[in-house]
Amino acid sequence: MNAQSNNTLVSVDGVEKVFHRGSEDIHVLADLHLQVPSGEFLALMGPSGSGKSTLLNLIGGLDRPTRGSVSVAGERLDQLTDRRLAAWRARHVGFVFQLYNLMPVLTAERNVELPLLLTHLSRAEREKHVAAALAVVGLAHRAKHYPRTLSGGEQQRVGIARGIVTDPTLLLCDEPTGDLDRKAGDEILDLLQALNREHGKTIIMVTHDPHASARAARTVYLDKGQLSNEPVK
Amino acid sequence: MRFAHLVWCNLKRKKLRTSLTLLSILVAFILFGFLMAIKQALAGGVSMARQDRLVVRHKVSIIQMLPENYKERMARIPGVALATHQTWFGGVYQDPKNFFMQNPVVPEEFLDMHPELVLPPEQKKAWLETRTGAIVGRKTADRFHWKIGDKVPLSSFWSKQDGSRFWEFDIVGIYDGDKKETDTTPMFFRYDYFDEARRSGAKGIVGWYTIRVKDPNQAAEVAKRVDQEFENSSAETKTEPEGAFVQAWMSQIGNIVLIVSAILSAVFFTILLVTGNTMSQAVRERTGELGVLKAIGFSNAQVMSLVLAESCLLTILGGVLGLGLAQLLVPVMAKALAGLLPLFSLPTHDLFIGLGFSVALGLITGIFPALQAMRLRVADALRRM
Repeated sequence: MNAQSNNTLVSVDGVEKVFHRGSEDIHVLADLHLQVPSGEFLALMGPSGSGKSTLLNLIGGLDRPTRGSVSVAGERLDQLTDRRLAAWRARHVGFVFQLYNLMPVLTAERNVELPLLLTHLSRAEREKHVAAALAVVGLAHRAKHYPRTLSGGEQQRVGIARGIVTDPTLLLCDEPTGDLDRKAGDEILDLLQALNREHGKTIIMVTHDPHASARAARTVYLDKGQLSNEPVK
Repeated sequence: MRFAHLVWCNLKRKKLRTSLTLLSILVAFILFGFLMAIKQALAGGVSMARQDRLVVRHKVSIIQMLPENYKERMARIPGVALATHQTWFGGVYQDPKNFFMQNPVVPEEFLDMHPELVLPPEQKKAWLETRTGAIVGRKTADRFHWKIGDKVPLSSFWSKQDGSRFWEFDIVGIYDGDKKETDTTPMFFRYDYFDEARRSGAKGIVGWYTIRVKDPNQAAEVAKRVDQEFENSSAETKTEPEGAFVQAWMSQIGNIVLIVSAILSAVFFTILLVTGNTMSQAVRERTGELGVLKAIGFSNAQVMSLVLAESCLLTILGGVLGLGLAQLLVPVMAKALAGLLPLFSLPTHDLFIGLGFSVALGLITGIFPALQAMRLRVADALRRM
C-alpha cells in the first residue's frame, strides 16, 4: 500500500472509520495506511461495501476519520474546521462522480464554472478557464447545451472539466465509468490517462471494473476495511 | 452578484410551481396596496388634521345645528385666534352616486382657517366678488370636467325661499392641496348667499365651527373654555381637536386600523405557509445537488445564503410586481370612489413598508430550508443523488 516515494502527496495513517446507525456501530475502515505520490494514477478496487467511497471521501475532505490522520500536500485534513475544509476542497480537489452530478438547470459551461465562483477571478477570466477546460475534454462545441441534451459520456466529460477547471492538486473519481457503456467508458479513461500523463494530474479512481483499473499505474484493493496490493480472492 | 445566475436558474427549475407561488405573493401585495389605500382613505384625515384647530359641534350630535351668533362669543374667548363655521349642504349633482361634499362658508375666514387649500389670488378675488360663486377642489373639477365659468346645479334638502330645492352656483375657482394627501373633492360656496336664499325658518343656523387656537399647547384648555361658554344654553357644545373629531367620525365604521391589520395578518400568514412549503420542497428535491456544491467547496454559510437568496428573490419579485400593480390600479379606483373616499391613495411610505414585508417574508420562509441545507452532511447528501 505504501509506494516508496519522496514526493508523497496523500498520506493516510492509521485511519479508522466507524458509522453509528442507531445502536449499531459499523466499522468500515480499520487501521488503514496509504501513501500516494504526486503525479500517480491510483485505482482503488474492492467489492461493494468494502469502504472504497468512504476512503475517497476521507481523502477528499468530505468526511472525517474516527481515528487516524489524513494529509494532502502536508495539510492535516482531520484538523481543519468545516469552513476551512470547504475552502481547502475548493482549491485542492476536483471530484468526478459516477452519476456526473451536474446541475440540470445550468448549461455545460455554467456547470464547469461552478468551482470558479468560489475564486476571485473576474467574469472574463472565469470564461477563459471554462473554455480551456471544455477544450481539454473535447466539448467546446457543446458549451451552451444543458445536461439533458448531452449523452452520458458527454455529461461525464463535463463533470471532468468541472473537476479540473481550478487546476486542483488532486482529482478524485468515484466510479467514473460506472454508468457508461464500454465505448463511452473507454473515452473517459483515455481522458483521465491523458490528464495524468500529459498534465501530471494526481488521480485516485474508485472502480470495481478491472478494465478501468488496468489504465491506472497502480491498483490497491480494499476488503473489509483493510488495504492490500493483491486482489481479494 | 456572481451567484445571481445560479439563484435565478434554481428559481426557474419548476416553472409552474414557482409561477403559482409568485402569483399568490403578487395578489397578496396587490391586496396590501388596496388595504393601505383604504386605511389612508378612512384614517388619513386624522393624520392631516392640524394641531392648532378645534372642531365645535352640538353636544348631542353633529346633525344638530348651532346658532350663527356663537361666532362672536367664540372669538372673544381667550386663546381663540379665529372662529368660522361650515354647514352640511348635502347637495346632489345629477345623480346621488355622484357624491361629493359641498358646504357654505365665509370665504375670507375659511381660506384663512385652511391654508392647506391653495387658491390663486385672482380666483379668491372673484369668489369674494361673486355672491353665487363657488370654489371646487381639483379632484371633483377633473371628475366632472368642470372649469371656471361653469354653472353647477345642485339639488339639496335645504329649501329656498320659493320652496324649490334647486340651487345653482358659478365656478369661480379651482383649488389644489398643498400636499398629495389633501382632500380636493369638496366644493365651498358663500354662506351669505346660502343664508339669504334659504327659507325663513332655517336662517341663522350652522352645522359646526372650526376654531384656530393661538397656542396649540393650550388647545385642551381652550376647548374647555368654549364648552363652558355655552354650558346650560339651548345648544350646548362639544369641542375637540380636529384629529379627534375625524377619528370619532371614522370609528363609526369600526377600528379601521385593527380591521386592516387583521386582514393583512391573515393574508400574509397564508402566503408564508405557501412560500415556505415551496422553498422546503425545493431544498428537499435538491439535497444531492446541495451536496455536490459543498463537495466542490461551497461552505455551509454559502449554501445557506443561496437558499435564502432564492427565497428572497421570489418574495421580492412578487412584492415589487404586486405593489407596482397596486400603484397603477389605486388611482383608477380612486377616480371611481372620488366622492365616497376622497383620500383613497397609496402613500409612498406604505410602499416602502410593503417592500420591507416582502424581504421579511423571504427571510422567514427561507430560514428553515436554509438551515436544513446548511446542516446537510456532504457524504450523506451525495448518497442521495
